[in-house]
Amino acid sequence: MIQGSNFAECHPVGFQWVMEAKARGATVIHIDPRFTRTSAMADHVVPIRAGSDVAFLGGLINYVLTEGKEFRDYVVAYTNAAAIVTEDFQDTEDLGGLFSGFDAASQSYDISSWQYEGAQPAAAAAGQRDTGPASQAGRHGGETHRASSGGQQYGSGGASIGAKPNRDETLQHPRCVFQILTRHFARYTPELVEQVCGISPEAFTTVAEAITANSGRERTTAWAYAVGWTQHSTGVQYIRTASILQALLGNIGRPGGGILALRGHASIQGSTDIPTLFDLLPGYLPMPHAHREQDLETYCAADAGQTGFWGNMPAYLVSLLKSYWGDAATPENDFRFDWLPRIDGDHNNFRSVLGMIDGTVRGYVVAGENPAVGGANARLQRQGLANLDWLVVRDFTCVETATFWQRPEDGRPEDVGTEVFFLPAATHAEKDGSFTNTQRLLQWHHKAVEPPGDARSDLWFFYHLGRRIREKLAGSTDPRDRPILELTWDYGAHGLIGEPSADAVLAEINGAGPDGEPLSAYTQLRDDGSTRCGCWIYCGVRADGVNQAARRRPGAEQNWVAPEWGWAWPANRRILYNRASADRRGHPWSPRKAYVWWDAQARRWTGHDVPDFEPGKPPDYRPPPDATAQDALSGDDPFIMQADGKAWLFAPAGLADGPLPVHYEPVESPHRNLLYPGRPVNPAAITYDRPGNRFHPPGSDAYPYVLTTYRLTEHQTGGGMTRHLPYLAELQPEAFCEVSPALAAERGLRHLGWATIVTARSAIEVKVLVTARMRPLRVDGRTSHQIGVPWHFGPNGLATGDSANDLLAIALDPNVHIQESKVLTCDIRPGRRPGGPELRELLADYRRRAGIPE
Amino acid sequence: MSTSELGMPRMGFFTDTSVCIGCKACEVACKEWNLVPPDAGPTGSGPGTDTDIAAMDLLGMSYDNTGSLGANTWRHVAFIEAEADDPRQGDVRWLMASDVCKHCTHAACLDVCPTGALFRTELDTVVVQEDVCNGCGYCVPACPYGVIDVRPGDGRAWKCTLCYDRTKEGLTPACAQACPTESIVYGPLDELRERADLRLATLREAGESRAQLYGRDPDDGVGGDGAFFLLLDEPEVYGLPPDPVVTTRDLPAMWGRAALAAAGLAAAVAGAFLGGPR
Repeated sequence: MIQGSNFAECHPVGFQWVMEAKARGATVIHIDPRFTRTSAMADHVVPIRAGSDVAFLGGLINYVLTEGKEFRDYVVAYTNAAAIVTEDFQDTEDLGGLFSGFDAASQSYDISSWQYEGAQPAAAAAGQRDTGPASQAGRHGGETHRASSGGQQYGSGGASIGAKPNRDETLQHPRCVFQILTRHFARYTPELVEQVCGISPEAFTTVAEAITANSGRERTTAWAYAVGWTQHSTGVQYIRTASILQALLGNIGRPGGGILALRGHASIQGSTDIPTLFDLLPGYLPMPHAHREQDLETYCAADAGQTGFWGNMPAYLVSLLKSYWGDAATPENDFRFDWLPRIDGDHNNFRSVLGMIDGTVRGYVVAGENPAVGGANARLQRQGLANLDWLVVRDFTCVETATFWQRPEDGRPEDVGTEVFFLPAATHAEKDGSFTNTQRLLQWHHKAVEPPGDARSDLWFFYHLGRRIREKLAGSTDPRDRPILELTWDYGAHGLIGEPSADAVLAEINGAGPDGEPLSAYTQLRDDGSTRCGCWIYCGVRADGVNQAARRRPGAEQNWVAPEWGWAWPANRRILYNRASADRRGHPWSPRKAYVWWDAQARRWTGHDVPDFEPGKPPDYRPPPDATAQDALSGDDPFIMQADGKAWLFAPAGLADGPLPVHYEPVESPHRNLLYPGRPVNPAAITYDRPGNRFHPPGSDAYPYVLTTYRLTEHQTGGGMTRHLPYLAELQPEAFCEVSPALAAERGLRHLGWATIVTARSAIEVKVLVTARMRPLRVDGRTSHQIGVPWHFGPNGLATGDSANDLLAIALDPNVHIQESKVLTCDIRPGRRPGGPELRELLADYRRRAGIPE
Repeated sequence: MSTSELGMPRMGFFTDTSVCIGCKACEVACKEWNLVPPDAGPTGSGPGTDTDIAAMDLLGMSYDNTGSLGANTWRHVAFIEAEADDPRQGDVRWLMASDVCKHCTHAACLDVCPTGALFRTELDTVVVQEDVCNGCGYCVPACPYGVIDVRPGDGRAWKCTLCYDRTKEGLTPACAQACPTESIVYGPLDELRERADLRLATLREAGESRAQLYGRDPDDGVGGDGAFFLLLDEPEVYGLPPDPVVTTRDLPAMWGRAALAAAGLAAAVAGAFLGGPR
């Protein structure tokens, strides 16, 4: 199943394995608003209206439940289907589209009514972290969670929920998760799917039968997705819906199953593991909040003493602090927890851009990004850049973010006061380092050639920046300079240009024991200061002092799991939660799907992969009542990062917008929400409704069409890596849109002619490709047109054109602050757009007609 | 002397279009390795010359902005949007195919080359020697596929060399090396033909009724191609000639008839002198 992803075009190298699977008999189904190069390779293609995937997946969940197609033994044993939820919980079906606990003023949920019955509420100390309506809820959810995208705190694990819940393994209790789930999705019928998604009942049935026939003891189904799912105001709930479906079908933790997040950029997975995000420390440890987590103990309190592997959080954090500050971090000084930076609210990238416009953000360092083209509401991004004191851009080519001042949004270049520093960057072939991509796989790359001229690696830049700052601060007695002066900052800079050693960085990430010897597993980490580790989930990547990520043993020379190609976190495990590939007693569900199992003779877990379970914990282990951390999990609790060891069909904590997914329309949609007419959009979505970022009212006649943005194989993101290269530029030389023959006829658009696409934010002109690959759908009894626009283009380089992201508004998912860039509404008209004041007038005219303020 | 006489296998390409994902990695890898110039932009900003068919324009030929094989395009991925056969696969069918010089068994370009710039290698591939070609252009109309082309501003004829500089060292050609899905495979031609026959049988069994091999048959008009294809539809759909014939096929007969005619003319002239009244 490929949904929310254009696998073939955006991941052509990885797609070879899809083709290999197809050659070996796999059925490939592609569900997408457009007919893409992925669709061309699929056995079945199901067109869907952009932004309606939760309704479709919810329909599949309803099908599985009503037809009794769930993998019952797996569901009872390994999911929280049997858990009983508190009496206080009310579903969207009871409250017309809201769950219990919603606070309209703050547009956020108090999650206390979503708890398990019998489980203790989250640790009291955690409550101190929250203010406002969610103050009783613990820190896992609620307003703070929404403001600081707390959902990402659970990227590698679960949320704190207290002890284990009461269970009814007959799944009959009216308040057990299974029954709640059944009621919640009961209205997601094939008829509703047809009305909401534009998918015929026949096509729906084809998919439903295919996936249920291909799941169970003998067979597994995999779901691959990418930003077509994530970049929505309900993006996290898209993934949740698929998780629920896959858990019901028994497709998690088993070979050939799973939900595969395809990673499009080099090391995009790595950039959240060792994060470039404001609210995370390495390994998904939450960034402490100012005035809430005063010391190490209160920081860890919400998780210390919990059940599951997050119960070891103090060991992970102390090892990180030791990695940062070495001998300066001691038990007496709380391992310098007070030196960690603090956050005091929402500092996501979009908030920073608005801060530039408002004059509160004065400087900006942009490395390897091109927000002037690729950022949501790119026009607003450029406005922000123009209001800075200084801007540093590091890239291969002179991207639009460095040259925005040449064509300012308003006024003349000489009126832009921003001082721009452009620093050329080395490419991946010009430096050592690692990529962490799909499957959490780290692969090392070695420098092939020296970078040309002044081009330098990111490692060089940030190392020497730090070195120079430390030189300037040397001798300072100001306490605020101590955290910088005491940092461990020695990476073996060498050679003519003083290039630091990437291997030394890897060694720091991997961590070391008391005698400086490399650690081999995160289970060795301690909270007493005896171990150091830069990122606990990467511990072992340099086990035995060997760069495990650099291994390239050919597949034919090892077992089919290929553990000696690169290194996967954690612990070189290729499939997470793989204890679920065996039944409760530890036997494989079937010989065909054997993966890891309990060896009763040796009394150990064994198999083709590294077992994701304590190696010596037998299947019949039952924890004593006062056990904590992993000791509290039974021998048949495979989901070891979760406090209850189960896959969560219902999420009692950890989400800002509901314990179950709900179909809401995108923030901009021509259609009403058929399920909850009173709640058109995600009630907890984050919108910045202000001049320059206005939204279209639901069903607005001025903006009647659905627009979706996407990438082409020939270009990479904002184009800095591709639009300047003749060999790639000639393959897709200019910006275009794709429309169906029906829409072309309706709006008078001519193949290869110009079209102007208009939203409340901006208007762009692009060439028109009229193609039957775009098709109108019947939605809610009427025709719904979709327009496709690739978002690579900008004025610089050889392949040029207007930027599609100028059209977007900034609307965010409340869990992780990802922008809704895969669906919006617009108008389209033949011909070129005006410029300057006439363009502003055109936009104002549209806004007036739609009743939108300036 | 042919490869079989030398005791070496004939090498070639099998391009299985049924697994082509249209990524164009073959086009780029070919240009990178062989230093083929890019096409110029509409403003002339590109470094190449601007008279190639594609230039740097949006062609509107689906996702194909290259247009055709030419002096600056030795691999060309065609994109064909057609009506679907099977409604389960959507309303449309999107065919993608990477085209290349066919390295014909009977290569007319080679036959007509007056300088010997075109030659048959020890791998039984057909290559232009850039330092010998004098740019006469005879080879251009001789090619039954319209592959070989004269580069504007350079004057010489260029086409796929089947990466002779790589293959003679035992390496795989750049395009086949870069292809992520093994749509382009390089190897001994007899092995490739076996592989292609098996693949065709599989596809036919799966219901691809129009699937066919193109250039596989040693008895066709060019004696079979060193670079042959598996197509999912008729060759015309992909812009390929359905029944290519080596353009020099009739040359011997033509020369024979010309010689006969010349002899007859000579005899007549002689007769006129000999037999005429004085």
